[in-house]
Amino acid sequence: MIAHADNIPSGRHPLVKFILRWLLTTNHKEIGTLYLSFSFLLFFIGGAFALTFRAELAQPGLQFMGADFYNQMVTLHGLVMVFGAVMPAFVGLANYMIPLQIGASDMALPRLNNFSFWIMPFAFGLLLSSLFMPGGAPDFGWTLYAPLSTTYGPPSTDFLILGGQLMGISSILGAINIIVTIFNLRAPGMTLMKMPMFVWTWLITAFLLIMAMPVLAGVVTMMLTDRHFGTSFFEASGGGDPLIFQHVFWFFGHPEVYIMILPGFGIASQIIPTFARKPLFGYASMVYATAAIAGLSFVVWGHHMFATGMPLATELWFMYATMLIAVPTGVKVFNWVATMWDGSMTFETPMLFALGFVVMFTIGGFSGLMLAVAPVDFQYHDTFFVVAHIHYVLYPGAIFATMAAVYYWIPKWTGNMYDERLGKIHFWTAVVALNLTFFPMHFVGLGGMPRRIADYALPFTGLNTFATAGAFLLGVTQVLFLYIIIKTVRGGPKATDQVWEGAEGLEWTLPSPLPLHTFETPPKVD
Amino acid sequence: MSQESLHAGDGPPDYYVPHSSAWPIIGSTALFVTAFGAGHFIQQSTDKVPTATGSYGLWIFLIGLAAVAYMMYGWFAQVVKESIQGLVSAKLDRSFRQSMFWFIVSEIMFFAAFFGALFHARVITVPWLAGASDNLQTHLLLWPDFADTWPLFLTPGGGLTQAMAAWGLPFINTVILVTSSITVTLAHWALKKNNRGALKAWLGFTVLLGAVFLVLQVVEYYEAYHALNLTMASGIYGSTFFMLTGFHGLHVTLGTIMLAVMLIRSMRGHFTPDDHFAFEAASWYWHFVDVVWLFLFTFVYWF
Ligand SMILES: [Cu+2]
Repeated sequence: MIAHADNIPSGRHPLVKFILRWLLTTNHKEIGTLYLSFSFLLFFIGGAFALTFRAELAQPGLQFMGADFYNQMVTLHGLVMVFGAVMPAFVGLANYMIPLQIGASDMALPRLNNFSFWIMPFAFGLLLSSLFMPGGAPDFGWTLYAPLSTTYGPPSTDFLILGGQLMGISSILGAINIIVTIFNLRAPGMTLMKMPMFVWTWLITAFLLIMAMPVLAGVVTMMLTDRHFGTSFFEASGGGDPLIFQHVFWFFGHPEVYIMILPGFGIASQIIPTFARKPLFGYASMVYATAAIAGLSFVVWGHHMFATGMPLATELWFMYATMLIAVPTGVKVFNWVATMWDGSMTFETPMLFALGFVVMFTIGGFSGLMLAVAPVDFQYHDTFFVVAHIHYVLYPGAIFATMAAVYYWIPKWTGNMYDERLGKIHFWTAVVALNLTFFPMHFVGLGGMPRRIADYALPFTGLNTFATAGAFLLGVTQVLFLYIIIKTVRGGPKATDQVWEGAEGLEWTLPSPLPLHTFETPPKVD
Repeated sequence: MSQESLHAGDGPPDYYVPHSSAWPIIGSTALFVTAFGAGHFIQQSTDKVPTATGSYGLWIFLIGLAAVAYMMYGWFAQVVKESIQGLVSAKLDRSFRQSMFWFIVSEIMFFAAFFGALFHARVITVPWLAGASDNLQTHLLLWPDFADTWPLFLTPGGGLTQAMAAWGLPFINTVILVTSSITVTLAHWALKKNNRGALKAWLGFTVLLGAVFLVLQVVEYYEAYHALNLTMASGIYGSTFFMLTGFHGLHVTLGTIMLAVMLIRSMRGHFTPDDHFAFEAASWYWHFVDVVWLFLFTFVYWF
């Protein structure tokens, strides 16, 4: 049996009780809900930043804002989306689903879990307050390159650094909790190689977080001392080097990209078998491929720095190591396709998002391969081609995976089915809008349009206008998503416990909606 | 936040799940106050941001730190109380152990960032600034007089400093830390044999060694600033020196506090020969701090 200690005092005003419940909760479902809601809020904030600069890019010249404000929007968009939207969304799903999928009653360290979440609003409060500080928000891009961020960064940079450190504490503690939950709280019989893929990918992601986030904390600390205490880590006149910043940052930054995609791989690996009504093809190879991708992620960071003049041998190493990642990634795509082969497929909304994920993430993967080739990267470097690549990896990758997961599990969470017709409209408008937004960026990038600059040459006008139109449409579709979620939470056709005909796994043995406490007596897995 | 009610049956629970707790939100608020205060304090006490004046940053920062300390005291006291009530099952104990392990891994990676900077500066940056690889033109154009040495006595910009000798205080500190790693292990052995007197003696001695290390580090820093002109601002040598030894010193401080708390708990009769996770966690942390120091001594002071 699991013991629960309840210590919210009774007899308080309902509003006080409501607030205390969410402030003090240690329940993994409630904390998962908090993470997901927080992430959705920041998704809209980050999206608003994106629409702001996309509006500016609709036409050449400067219409709405100065170049400096444009730079601030670009920077905050990146930081908010990476650390505020994508990462907390996956952490929220992990909180919600991992205990259910391994048959645990809660996360291993529930109080620490609450701590990890409630650091986040404070961290982003610090970051977003920078918009209102004298000198404006940070304006050097989410990569925080020195000396732009050290010598030339606005005063608010310090609050970005401190907010980033808080966020790092939150991520590390959250990752420790997830890893320990998976290693220690599995139900009897749930061996490692029986774990659902979402659990596997999160186990590996948590390991990446523990290895990478402290390095980010280290590099921003060096930024802080370079700014204020006279150190010269990134200052050549003192014997330091801006390249040190790039090396240390990207040692964190490349694993970070996989932190934002591996849980998505896990989600696709759960949803596709359900709607193909076949077990996942090559489960073990999926596990090993994920581990291989994670291992390689620590030795490829230099592909972000091909144009900096590294020694030839280093360039070659980073080039070949990066291209090697295509092998385990290819294994995964192959397995997803093979899972569908000869399956009895149906195309409910989660499946549509999962398929959109597979197809368009693969496009992002291919443009990544192009960028991995050092000699041609000299041409693509710092152009919109890179922007196109990263957004194909993150939008139809990480964000579609999150949306697929929400559609897949929301009947279980709320007990109600979402509106299938609206879900399909959401998917198809999102597909059209995101391709309209990001596909033209390949062409303007190859044409030589640099990224992170508010103005551009006349020949790029047409494609940029398309991209801006697509971006606004994409914004509208997410409002539809919000509406669908609210509608589902408030009511709808009752979901069965199984929800999906082909769904397998412990979470589907529980009632819909989920009771607050589940698996207080661990289930037996055979 | 009292009024604990367990809705489980009799006997120790398989896994204790606290329903709600105020300590985390106190902690996250405290961290926010600390960071907010630190930001203002740093801007007010340095000249990077001329408009930042006043001194409220320092006070907010100190209030935040006090709140963090209060939270840690309260939270850990709560866990200790639960442990004494017998709520910590073997499985929960395993969760604690694994968490501490991964926490130390994350700490190692934090130091790895600074070691990475040190190695890059020593192996690539400084030689390149002196014209190595294919950088002769840059060298001639920018700082033709710059020479590749380590420790970097003369920076390209002309800053002068002297190196901290390895075989003085740093070596004494190495002996102290290695000894303390042994004494904390002796304390652990004593605890396992339920020899409470030896436990307290060895643990007390370890805390003392930690404190002596810190005092000697202060002396070393004083000497660096006043006799050697070795400061945070004396180029990449000073930057890496103070960043690495400084964060290490901070970790020694934390480790010493942890061990001191364990000493107090031992005196109050806590810990049994087969149930003393907190003590073990503190000693793991102490060994980690010790191993980091060996790397520091080797690459910062010696070679
Ligand atoms: Cu990368």
